[in-house]
Amino acid sequence: MKISFKINGAQRTVDVDGDTPLLWVIRDGLDLKGTKFGCGKAACGACTIHVNGGAVRSCAYPVKLAEGKEVTTIEGLGEGDALHPVQQAWKEEVVPQCGYCQPGFMMATAAMLDKIPNPTDEDIDNNIINVCRCATYYRMRKAIHRAAAIQSQTNIQ
Amino acid sequence: MAKNKEKKGVKRRKFLKYSGAGLALMFGGAIIGCNPIRRIVFEKSETTIAPYSGDMSPMLWIQISPSNEILLHSTKVEMGQGTFTGLAQLVAEELEVTIDKIKVVHAETKSGNLDGFGTGGSMAVASLWTPLREMAATMREMLRAKAAEKLGVSASSMFLENGTFSVEGKSMTFGEVVKDVEEWDIPDTPKLKPKSEFKIIGKGIPRIDLHDKVVGAPIFGIDASFPDMLYASVLRPRMIDAEMRDFDFSVAEKMPGVVQIVQENGFIGVVAKSQFEADSARKKIKFDYVTNEVWNLKRVREKILVGNGKKTIFQKEGDAVEDIDGDGEALVMEFRSPIGAHAQLEPNGAVAHFRDGKVDIKVSTQVPKTTRNEVAKALGIDKENVNIIPTYLGGGFGRRLHTPNAIQAAIMSRAVGKPVKSFFDRKQEFQNDTFRPPTHHVMKAKVSEAGDLLGMEHQLASGDVLFNYPLVPKIANPIMRADIGSIRGGSIMYDGIPHHRSTYYHVDLPFATSFWRSLGLMANSFAIESFMDEVALKTGQSPVDLRLKNITQDDPLKVRIRNVIKMCAEESGYTDEVVNGRAMGFAASIDASSSCAQVAEVSIVDGRIKVHKVTVAFDCGIAVNPDQVRAQIEGCICMGISAALYEKMDLRNNKLYPVNYGAYEMALMRDAPNEIDIHLIEGADIAGPVGEPPLGPIAPAIGNAIRRLTGKRITDLPMSLV
Repeated sequence: MKISFKINGAQRTVDVDGDTPLLWVIRDGLDLKGTKFGCGKAACGACTIHVNGGAVRSCAYPVKLAEGKEVTTIEGLGEGDALHPVQQAWKEEVVPQCGYCQPGFMMATAAMLDKIPNPTDEDIDNNIINVCRCATYYRMRKAIHRAAAIQSQTNIQ
Repeated sequence: MAKNKEKKGVKRRKFLKYSGAGLALMFGGAIIGCNPIRRIVFEKSETTIAPYSGDMSPMLWIQISPSNEILLHSTKVEMGQGTFTGLAQLVAEELEVTIDKIKVVHAETKSGNLDGFGTGGSMAVASLWTPLREMAATMREMLRAKAAEKLGVSASSMFLENGTFSVEGKSMTFGEVVKDVEEWDIPDTPKLKPKSEFKIIGKGIPRIDLHDKVVGAPIFGIDASFPDMLYASVLRPRMIDAEMRDFDFSVAEKMPGVVQIVQENGFIGVVAKSQFEADSARKKIKFDYVTNEVWNLKRVREKILVGNGKKTIFQKEGDAVEDIDGDGEALVMEFRSPIGAHAQLEPNGAVAHFRDGKVDIKVSTQVPKTTRNEVAKALGIDKENVNIIPTYLGGGFGRRLHTPNAIQAAIMSRAVGKPVKSFFDRKQEFQNDTFRPPTHHVMKAKVSEAGDLLGMEHQLASGDVLFNYPLVPKIANPIMRADIGSIRGGSIMYDGIPHHRSTYYHVDLPFATSFWRSLGLMANSFAIESFMDEVALKTGQSPVDLRLKNITQDDPLKVRIRNVIKMCAEESGYTDEVVNGRAMGFAASIDASSSCAQVAEVSIVDGRIKVHKVTVAFDCGIAVNPDQVRAQIEGCICMGISAALYEKMDLRNNKLYPVNYGAYEMALMRDAPNEIDIHLIEGADIAGPVGEPPLGPIAPAIGNAIRRLTGKRITDLPMSLV
């Protein structure tokens, strides 16, 4: 079936089985590889993207549900070459190790900061529940606080 | 790339001292087979940095192009441990360039730049510490000589800064030097910079792959592709010790997108137009299992038991605890660790393109050379016709030492005449993992009335770690008898105990077990360091003093472990007292020549174990990149918390459970300590292992804190308060 949606600002139409997980359409159909396959059951968060601004685990999200919606992936998180505050903070704290799960964490964090601009440690623990096997959680928590600070500064300006 | 027709002879002579001296030689020595040699091998296996065992030609490693680009072709793979950054720092230091001038890529096997050891055991930077700097320094002197020749000046008159030679108003960049040069003279290996002159080594430079990993660049094996590629899904057994048979493909082959069902080389793979279609069709293949024996976790636990299996003593000083004269009962405790999964986020897979009798394979592997050789053997083609193109790894942890996916993708590509991408799904990853083996430990000690340790014994039963590893010849198993992966960290480092010994029992299991980050270290340290703490409590001594008192020798490793123990106790303000509901636990270990001590501050919050702070003293010698050394320590601590508190596999009716994240419980953000206070000591003038040694102390440090909080000694992993 034909499904149309906006991804990273561009209108796209794909012709696939409507039950295909959005993840595979993004990765293999639209060749945006930043969104990762981790588990296929929405259990790890490696495939986290934004649909209409909210965090969604795309491996368990049938593409047909994306019809008419706005999808953002890690490739569209910043504006052009400018990094999003979350990416900037990730860089400043040197968070990634293997790096595979990191786009999912950054997407989940960006979505959380839209709802909770200045999260406490408890907010972070409750909302960021993706899996990182290199276990970079210690730096990630610092980076999330830093991202919140960068974002609030940007908003004041 | 610069060429030199005579380089082989020169290279062999100059670099021979590093090559061919890896694991192979260790086993070569053991083939004589008598016990003293076996004992030396065991001792060395715990403390020696395995030397680099690959090609040492500077030309193969460092490529400088006329456009002034410096490429470092690394045989070591980047799986998150920061190796690419560390290696670039070593090269930049001796080449006299800034780090941003160097681009690091994985060496393709067809380049001839091959590493016989692979990437693992925390050995990447450590094993290349001297050879790579020598290669870079040699390259620098080759460039200097050629620049002098081109400029018509003496080599010694030139000044070198940031990749440019200059003298009397003339200058020449590296790129200009290499332009149009056909022949190079390789000089004697130059003297290396002393530590006091380091400008790049020892700096916490941001990792060189940072930007790519923050923008989600397509750098991993699962991101790789070839034009006009098909997708495959391979059928893997859900059950252990069972055979699949009576296949019915009638539904599967009619599924949408299916191109071909390939049956070759003992596997079945569905090739389709998309990953979703390949997976969906594979799930429609019908078949039956024929089970040999019925297996469940209880039976595995009965097998993994000290006293079962082949026994080998791997450490021995004095008599057995039972034979020590004197009054008093021996103190005896048992410990266990469970089957652990790797759970690395990127599943295993490969992308292969077979054409004209040759195959290119893009794959996340820790062992490109082994992968190449296995593919060549399975396809019946020459090794030279297989080119492994390693990608960044979405986690390694020992999971990518076995790469059947590369063979399967290559065979399917040959069968369908197109490039094929073949990846496991998550269920397949869990059910067909090469697990961390379960272990059982019996610790015994005898203590004098004055509270001195008279004797101590560590007995260990484990499944395979190094045995059945493709790199190690099968002949090694009966010769070694003890699996040196399983016994890693299993020796008692307390030389002040007059009688001490460690014994290993090898147990065969009906499922694959192999390397898991730090090998035997985590489980062995949990047993030994928990037990030391118990001895301290039973004899009314401080656990810090008890350790220090029993490490008496003056060899450098023992001096270094004493130093980290002292520093960790001091920096943490270690106390036996429980303060405001929080207790401290102390533990220490030596792994592959690096020393680590940790204090965990733990409380129990709503019935759950919470690690608030970990203080670490760590000595790996020179920290090439202190920021990345810290990152590895932080990762080891959080991954260690995960293994200590949550992780375990179950086995019911020949099926391993669970088969996904969530059900396989792991540490998440909420489990990360609020503070990790790291103190680095550079107790040696070499760069030693980093990526695994800090996994030693964390589990027993947590257990020792809980003992002080609750009075209960936790002896089984994962820890339970009930």
